[in-house]
Amino acid sequence: MASQNEGLHAVLSEEEQAGQTYFDKIIAEDSRIEPRDWMPESYRKTLVRQIGQHAHSEIIGMQPEANWITRAPSLKRKAILMAKVQDEAGHGLYLYSAAETLGTPRDKMTEDLISGKARYSSIFNYPAVTWADMGAIGWMVDGAAICNQVPLCRASYGPYGRAMVRVCKEESFHQRQGFEILLELANGTPEQRAMAQDAVNRWYAPSLMMFGPPDEDSPNSKQSMAWNIKRFSNDELRSRFVGMLVEQVKVLGLELPDDQISFNEDTKQWEHSPLDWDEFKDVLKGRGPCNAQRMERRRSAHEEGAWVREAAAAYADKQAQKAEVA
Amino acid sequence: MSDNASATRITRGNALRPEDIAVSGLKPSDEVGQYALRLGDDALILAQRLSWWISRAPELEEDVALGNIGLDQLGHARSFLTYAGHAWDKTEDDLAYFRREPEFRSAHLFEQPNGDFACTIARQLVASHFQHELYSRLVDSADETLGAIAAKAVKEVDYHKDHSVQWLLRLGQGTEESRRRMIDGVKLTWPYVEELFEDDDLTTALAEQGVAVLPSELRESFDAAIAAAFEQADLTVPTDPGASGGGRRGHHSEHLGFLLAEMQVLAREYPGASW
Amino acid sequence: MTGGSTTGDDGSKTKGTGVHESRQPWPLWEVFVRSSRGLSHVHAGSLHAPDADMAVRNARDLYTRRNEGVSLWVVPSSAIISSDPDAKGQYFESAQGKDYRHATYYTKSEGVKHL
Repeated sequence: MASQNEGLHAVLSEEEQAGQTYFDKIIAEDSRIEPRDWMPESYRKTLVRQIGQHAHSEIIGMQPEANWITRAPSLKRKAILMAKVQDEAGHGLYLYSAAETLGTPRDKMTEDLISGKARYSSIFNYPAVTWADMGAIGWMVDGAAICNQVPLCRASYGPYGRAMVRVCKEESFHQRQGFEILLELANGTPEQRAMAQDAVNRWYAPSLMMFGPPDEDSPNSKQSMAWNIKRFSNDELRSRFVGMLVEQVKVLGLELPDDQISFNEDTKQWEHSPLDWDEFKDVLKGRGPCNAQRMERRRSAHEEGAWVREAAAAYADKQAQKAEVA
Repeated sequence: MSDNASATRITRGNALRPEDIAVSGLKPSDEVGQYALRLGDDALILAQRLSWWISRAPELEEDVALGNIGLDQLGHARSFLTYAGHAWDKTEDDLAYFRREPEFRSAHLFEQPNGDFACTIARQLVASHFQHELYSRLVDSADETLGAIAAKAVKEVDYHKDHSVQWLLRLGQGTEESRRRMIDGVKLTWPYVEELFEDDDLTTALAEQGVAVLPSELRESFDAAIAAAFEQADLTVPTDPGASGGGRRGHHSEHLGFLLAEMQVLAREYPGASW
Repeated sequence: MTGGSTTGDDGSKTKGTGVHESRQPWPLWEVFVRSSRGLSHVHAGSLHAPDADMAVRNARDLYTRRNEGVSLWVVPSSAIISSDPDAKGQYFESAQGKDYRHATYYTKSEGVKHL
């Protein structure tokens, strides 16, 4: 029975075949797929998974920085940080909206996140222990995110690309404010300077790992690139990011904790010392410093908010009934 | 500091920023400074409380909404504190981070803990209605800068008022649980209403000069607006006696110390540092 | 299990998805923003809200944080009726090939002004 079913799926119906042909044509033309177009089930699944992880990363990513809002050392920095963390909630919302056009509602995505089924960027499982981490996160983590995200503005799925355009536009200040925090610290007292260097040391490797595993260990990459969802490979983007850091760290007068950075003239790629992918996998498996804490905070916010969401829904129902009677 | 072009930004029509005030060179009298300090402290402490909700609100849309309100309050605080600071050659950060608890002049309402969402909404309801009544009169202050800060703030606080009323209606008439929680939130908040409307020597003197708004004059319209909102939400305004207050004289509740400890910790670890 | 990269590429294979929240979620609304006077409202994205009053407020908070708008529309997503993507032929074929509807179809006459 099972094998028969699989056999049936392998053969596309006439309608599906027409859909596939049209889909392939759109992709070949580098045009955009829109929500109601026919699309291969695997394309839809890949997008839901990627957009979902991206959205979850924005939402979980609010936490390490939100922890410093109440302690920000100046009122100006407090305002900037509040605006930034608030933006991240907004970016999560834009992305959930994009996923929703693929038929996956937000409550289901939230359920997957808090039940541990869905993933988010492992970098947010590292703790933000000093104020300088606000600088390093902005400069390196957001910097890496921007490297990833700019090409995604041209992703073949229309709503995803449009969400990314909005995200990138708003995010431009995030990296700058991080750089500015580090610059201020680097030019401050010796203690402040040490704080900045320490943060750069801690966030360097995790930020490089944000681009995902090396190309040879990244099974989904090829297909995503063929579908014009991804435009560059993990290693290409990582190299580009390293090149950026090398230049910018000079302005900061700080050092990257890597003495093997060099530019390979043959491949035109920046090279760096090997990353500890065992650690990456460990954090992935839930053994990061903060996995449990981040998940618990999201879960409790969601659960403790349930009565509020229910109240508003109940009120809306009552109003609608009243309007009907009137 | 000298008079310069930026001083012309201190008008009631502009979207005034704390930076504009910082470079304005306008120096208030000690009394006006004290008054601005009160308004700034109210807004600062409220912003500090509200900022906690970002990443913890009942729904993501509400993270954004409360974030906006918190940012507005922080903006008002920065403007008032920057201006107040000019009276004593201090910056907004000197005032926010290097004053001790008894030097804060905020009313008790603003330092009350967030509690649950209903409790926060109850506090927002009182704070936004009070601030709206206050700022809509302060716009006409004889002090140009106070008037300009109020002109920017009043529009924002109008939105905060609307936000709290919308939620009062929904929680008050949503489910049994939300109604119970809303009633509890209101009960916890109401003891701190009275203090907001108390006049003292400072406000009396400044009101006579047309600079300040006399808090007691705001009570009637505040009560009317609150009564209308409560009626719509089918709730009753509490009549319990108010708490004794004392925030304007630096006597605070048990809560402010913890709030300040957290807010000031980093700045005080590195005195004189620039961030 | 948590982890992965922001690109959604953590090297793992696609997985199945979980169960729905049993409670009814807030409905979805589409948001349209007029960026300045004289321009039309343009679709900006969507959001969740319990009712229309809250939807327009949430839209303000979410889509106009940076002076992006002077006016907002919110529409229940369920109220949007769209053309059938499979009927592209009968809907949009007719307009093609009618070049004479476009000004560029006409050759310019030398020396004729304001045409």
